[in-house]
Amino acid sequence: MADPRVSVPEALNTLSAGLVLISAFAMVATRQVQGVVRSFVIQSLLLSASCFLIGYSRSSEHLWTLGGLTLAAKVIAIPLILRRLLPGEYYERREISQAVNIPASLLISLLLVVVSEFLVGPVAAGSADQVVRTNLPIGLAGVLIGAYSLIARREAIPQLIGILAMENGAFFAGIAIASDLPLIAELGVAVGVMLIAIVVGLLTRNIRQKLGTTEAAALSELKEEATTWR
Amino acid sequence: MIRTVSYNIVQVLFIMAFAPLYAGVLSRLKEIIQSRRGPSILQPYRDIWKLFHKDQILSEETTWIYRLTPYLVFAVPIFVAILIPVLTDYPLIFAFMGDMLAGGFFLALGGFFAALAAVDTGNPYGPMGASRTRMVGFLAEPVFMIVFFTVSFVAQSTIPFIVQQKWIANPAAFFSPAHILLLIAFLMLILAEGGKIPVDNPTGHFELAMIDESKGLEFSGRGAALMKWGGEMKFLVLACIFLNVLVAPWGLADSQSPLAVLAAVPLILVKILLFAIALVVIESSLAKLRLFRISEFLGAAFITAVAAMVTSVFPGA
Repeated sequence: MADPRVSVPEALNTLSAGLVLISAFAMVATRQVQGVVRSFVIQSLLLSASCFLIGYSRSSEHLWTLGGLTLAAKVIAIPLILRRLLPGEYYERREISQAVNIPASLLISLLLVVVSEFLVGPVAAGSADQVVRTNLPIGLAGVLIGAYSLIARREAIPQLIGILAMENGAFFAGIAIASDLPLIAELGVAVGVMLIAIVVGLLTRNIRQKLGTTEAAALSELKEEATTWR
Repeated sequence: MIRTVSYNIVQVLFIMAFAPLYAGVLSRLKEIIQSRRGPSILQPYRDIWKLFHKDQILSEETTWIYRLTPYLVFAVPIFVAILIPVLTDYPLIFAFMGDMLAGGFFLALGGFFAALAAVDTGNPYGPMGASRTRMVGFLAEPVFMIVFFTVSFVAQSTIPFIVQQKWIANPAAFFSPAHILLLIAFLMLILAEGGKIPVDNPTGHFELAMIDESKGLEFSGRGAALMKWGGEMKFLVLACIFLNVLVAPWGLADSQSPLAVLAAVPLILVKILLFAIALVVIESSLAKLRLFRISEFLGAAFITAVAAMVTSVFPGA
């Protein structure tokens, strides 16, 4: 904070960093599947905004491409795929049983923020670049919170969103330190993410049709006949 | 000297004059969003005028607390209004009398007496609502504290004028992730303290579901007018702290001339109007939370505030 002058794109990037953290919290705090997906879309939108902003301030077309890819894959394609694969009533359902209740989950994710600040803060403080100092700790916090929601959630789609949120966090930290990622890696990741969404969506749909539930916790016992499940 | 004192008085008059208008605009906007016509934006003025011309009825069972409370509820936002930057950019005469914590405690004092008065009447609905406001209050208190601590950490002061100056002088601190987290935590607090939708329904007339409104149920005549006006002023004061100190520290009068102070008035009103629109959108797009979900709502506000503190305390942020 020593430098009182700050450029507009970097200032906007810090704002979006704060909102990325908020949307990570929102993903942990919402019960409804729809709410989780919505917060994920918002986070991805912020991520691509950050890509564009940093790409503008560093004049790197790689980041522009990455922002465009994120926008196309995570903001538009993945919600559409999930929407198509699963019926509407699935989204309105609330996840009643969670491994850890929501206030405790929020406290744990707060702890994860502390951990990531504690780990990365000193490293990032060495950098003269405001973007690195902002994005690195928050990106790591995003990864950790995504991993946590992957553990704590019991429904399949919120778990999928947990994986994707981890990926978002990694990207958010990555765009600050590596502005010249090869394009093939970006494309690979974007396609990979879409594939994950399709595969998990299809699996969830089939499991749902057979068993009538998608609670991952309920799948721990083996049953011979799927029809006698409920 | 005389000038800053008079500006301070102008500031208080601004709050007193525009608080009912703000309430009127809010309710009108809300009705428009819900595709109804709604009352005139001047309706709160008429209500207050009408109530002032009605007789006040005091129950024989009540004590001095009930009699004192309307005046206290009315006076407390005025006290806070002289501590915060409403129109001017530079500290006024009373600015160093108290900081943001003092303002918070003043507002809490008003809330405390309002709750006591609700219990004092013996009406069964009063104490119920009072205990609920206390529940919301004690859940909101830690968030207030953390927000003020974070602000004081970033700006090295808790005097609102100095915080505001700090953010104008140092945009890098203004545009930090901590700041946006802080804003969201404070916005959630305003919603909780002002009895707005996710926490409480300000237009509800069903006594069993009331939180904030039930405190004023028993008051009549002048007492009711003062309670109403005081509540509206409290909300405007909170909005002024939020807008002028935290969200947009620009656009206040920066010179000593009376003309500049007058010119600041429309700017502030525009800011408040934009805030009112945002507030109405929030209120219309959310459903009221169940009572026991409020702790989750304010818990989320607390987490956000602590995250703001964490990101500003560690090196590198």
